[in-house]
Amino acid sequence: MESVNVAETKPKPKIKKEAVEMPKQEPKVRVKNFNEVALGYTEEMALEEANRCLQCPKPQCVTGCPVEVPIPQFIKCIREKKYAEGIAIIKTKNALPAVCGRVCPQEEQCQAKCVVGKVGEPVSIGRLERFLADWEREHGFQMPEKAPPTGKKVAIIGAGPAGLTAAADLVKLGHEVTIYEALHVGGGVLMYGIPEFRLPKVIVRNEIEYIKKLGVDLRLGHLVGRTVTIPELMKSGTDAVFIGSGAGLPQFTGCPGENLGGIYSANEFLIRVNLMKAYAFPEYDTPIRIGKHVVVIGGGNVAMDCARSAMRLGADVCLVYRRSRDELPARKEEIENAEEEGLVCKFLAAPVEFYGDEKGWVKAMKCICMELGEPDKSGRRSVKPIPGSEFVMETDTVIIAIGQTPNPIIQRTTEGLVTDPRHGTIKVDENCKTSLDGVYAGGDVATGAATVISAMGMGKKAAKAIHEYLMNKK
Amino acid sequence: MYKMYEIVCKKRLAHKETLFEIYAPQIAAKSQPGQFLIVVPHERGERIPLTICGYDIKKGTVSFAFHEVGKTTKEMGLMEEGDCLLNVTGPLGNPSEIKKFGKVLCVGGSIMIAPLLLQVKAMKEAGNHVTTVLGCRSKEFLFMEDEARALSDKLYIASDDGSIGYKGLDFLKELLKIEKFDRCVALGPVVMMREVSEITRPYGIPTIVTLTPIMIDGMGMCGVCRVTVGGKMLFGCVDGPEFDGHKVDFDGLIQRQRMMLPEERLSSMLWEMHGECKCGRNKA
Ligand SMILES: Cc1cc2nc3c(=O)[nH]c(=O)nc-3n(C[C@H](O)[C@H](O)[C@H](O)COP(=O)(O)OP(=O)(O)OC[C@H]3O[C@@H](n4cnc5c(N)ncnc54)[C@H](O)[C@@H]3O)c2cc1C
Ligand SMILES: Cc1cc2nc3c(=O)[nH]c(=O)nc-3n(C[C@H](O)[C@H](O)[C@H](O)COP(=O)(O)OP(=O)(O)OC[C@H]3O[C@@H](n4cnc5c(N)ncnc54)[C@H](O)[C@@H]3O)c2cc1C
Ligand code: SF4
Ligand code: SF4
Ligand code: FES
Repeated sequence: MESVNVAETKPKPKIKKEAVEMPKQEPKVRVKNFNEVALGYTEEMALEEANRCLQCPKPQCVTGCPVEVPIPQFIKCIREKKYAEGIAIIKTKNALPAVCGRVCPQEEQCQAKCVVGKVGEPVSIGRLERFLADWEREHGFQMPEKAPPTGKKVAIIGAGPAGLTAAADLVKLGHEVTIYEALHVGGGVLMYGIPEFRLPKVIVRNEIEYIKKLGVDLRLGHLVGRTVTIPELMKSGTDAVFIGSGAGLPQFTGCPGENLGGIYSANEFLIRVNLMKAYAFPEYDTPIRIGKHVVVIGGGNVAMDCARSAMRLGADVCLVYRRSRDELPARKEEIENAEEEGLVCKFLAAPVEFYGDEKGWVKAMKCICMELGEPDKSGRRSVKPIPGSEFVMETDTVIIAIGQTPNPIIQRTTEGLVTDPRHGTIKVDENCKTSLDGVYAGGDVATGAATVISAMGMGKKAAKAIHEYLMNKK
Repeated sequence: MYKMYEIVCKKRLAHKETLFEIYAPQIAAKSQPGQFLIVVPHERGERIPLTICGYDIKKGTVSFAFHEVGKTTKEMGLMEEGDCLLNVTGPLGNPSEIKKFGKVLCVGGSIMIAPLLLQVKAMKEAGNHVTTVLGCRSKEFLFMEDEARALSDKLYIASDDGSIGYKGLDFLKELLKIEKFDRCVALGPVVMMREVSEITRPYGIPTIVTLTPIMIDGMGMCGVCRVTVGGKMLFGCVDGPEFDGHKVDFDGLIQRQRMMLPEERLSSMLWEMHGECKCGRNKA
């Protein structure tokens, strides 16, 4: 029998308002280990969640994704259990789905735009993306096609998300790609910053292996600006350069006593714990000293990662943030996770001075209370200290997580590279081109601290522009 | 053909002092006196900073000398020629200022004698008159005496216990009363550099010291190496490692260096007890 137009005759199936929950480790258990907190969907869960998608002909979700992943298309593949096809669709736009599925702020991006979100919880796009990426890791990677060699050489600086994405795209287009990475492992913040319990390092290592298999030459321990400079690279036969060196320079408060023992920058703390695996000391050789009463200063994702890591090392943690709860810049999900794990917050307070014991170790911190003022031009409410409101809190470890700026080593050793004097970022045009011919930049070094997916988006854009530049170059 | 980061030559300098020449052509090509490396011996290892004490661009090698003080350096002491380090990053930090100053006083203590001689050589080549002082704990810890004598115009030796040369650095005070110097370079234990800085201060001799705060990345990412110089907070790895000895807060530096002492001791002790070395080689 010929089918009639089913959609018009049958009443629409009711969409479940609640998203399928993702299983998680219990707070009491997870706060004692560094294993991943969110455990991922099973196949049944993924199928059920995929069925909540309306397959919109004009999908709003895609407009919320900085790299425009074809969301309804990959979700359709899940429904039809064509997982290999689904992951291939994602990978046309996003080279690191296992990472993005876990750490993208989806609630502000793709999922914020999903129409289902107007009647209930939006489709869990990130979780589905993660499901496919994890499926692929278990079933083996597919190698994409590569264009024939062009004979052009590209140097990529930094093996963070921006650099890895640009490298993958350019090598697929047939160029000879070398990544220069300063640390002894690749991955950038994905390796040294974001903790194991949010993003298992085996996933990042897998992604890097994949990019190496594509034919990218990854040179570790090469600090551009010292080991080699951009002008030297250009002179020795490199046709184009992409700078993806991130924003890795820590900021300090400038308060007296900041050099006391037990006061760490967020970077030092996270590098020790994540990159050097100090949580497994002495099995790994790098130590971390953590006391019982840790104070984390700041309120972004970095502060949350520090706080949650410190709790896992056995400490009580208090977050000190100068604005109020409503202004916390961290992802909501991470704040909730941290609070479930026992985080205490002290809002509207800022450090003034640190006091040490006779051995030079921090023992207390003087704070001042703050009050909120009118919103400034950027819409953020200003803060100012309340005179005479100082108080002292005891602490034996302080972690300062008040932001990072780009490391100036490359800028200082590359004549003619124009930077923003206020933020230290490298200036680029809409195609990620810098002030120098053949030199492109993207990711945190161009935008200031942002997100994994925006860094990848710029890596992609730059790769496209570099390709055009190379193909037009005689 | 050597492998990357292969130990091409291992030399015992003294009891617990060892020199490695390793293959790293990209580093050899750029090294200058005063710069340092970050060495990661193996997968589970620490990143430790060590000063460059030689390089050979043709051979593609760079050398450093280390004193076996804790877990990582003791473990490295057991590695042999042909073994490879996991990673070596460099050259890091700012090169020394080498030019014709006139009369230069170079003071080196313990393991830092090795990198000091690289500076002595460069200062000499730049046309300076160089007086070198080698300091050691006692006689059996002294090394490279002959090299130092060959490179310098004048050589003095001092030891903490007086078993060789002068006892302590007090003789320098006498020397400065009769001889004029235009510059002083001091490389060695922090207390020694502090002493030298105090000795030269009354004469206003510009005195350059190499600070050795704890470091991790060595490129300005973590801030653990922060030091106070002239009242300002600076990063040892990118703003240094050389600073004006008359402006350094040495006490603050010593305090920060001791930050992880209990952990370092534990690591070293456990390793000595179990005798397992992760580079696959058992402890002797
Ligand atoms: C603790 C923490 C948690 C975060 N959590 C999230 C999150 O949940 N979700 C999210 O979307 N974003 C998060 N972010 C932000 C995100 O990680 C960054 O925006 C993103 O990693 C930027 O990518 P990038 O490639 O520009 O730089 P990076 O990831 O910083 O990589 C830069 C790389 O370049 C190398 N490098 C630097 N200088 C040189 C040089 N001179 N020569 C050679 N190599 C060099 C560095 O060693 C590094 O490996 C977080 C950041 C931090 C610090
Ligand atoms: C810029 C720089 C250049 C250096 N150059 C050399 C060199 O050429 N040769 C050399 O032998 N050493 C040098 N050092 C010191 C060297 O890095 C340490 O000896 C090494 O990290 C010790 O590692 P470990 O695991 O064996 O010992 P650990 O267990 O880490 O420490 C053992 C003992 O050494 C002390 N110590 C640890 N780190 C340092 C440090 N950074 N500086 C001084 N004392 C420390 C500890 O307080 C402890 O008493 C340099 C340090 C810096 C910052
Ligand atoms: S990459 Fe990030 S924003 Fe884009 S669809 Fe995936 S989870 Fe959403
Ligand atoms: S907006 Fe929501 S429902 Fe529509 S296609 Fe995207 S995910 Fe599916
Ligand atoms: S060693 Fe990390 S900033 Fe200097």
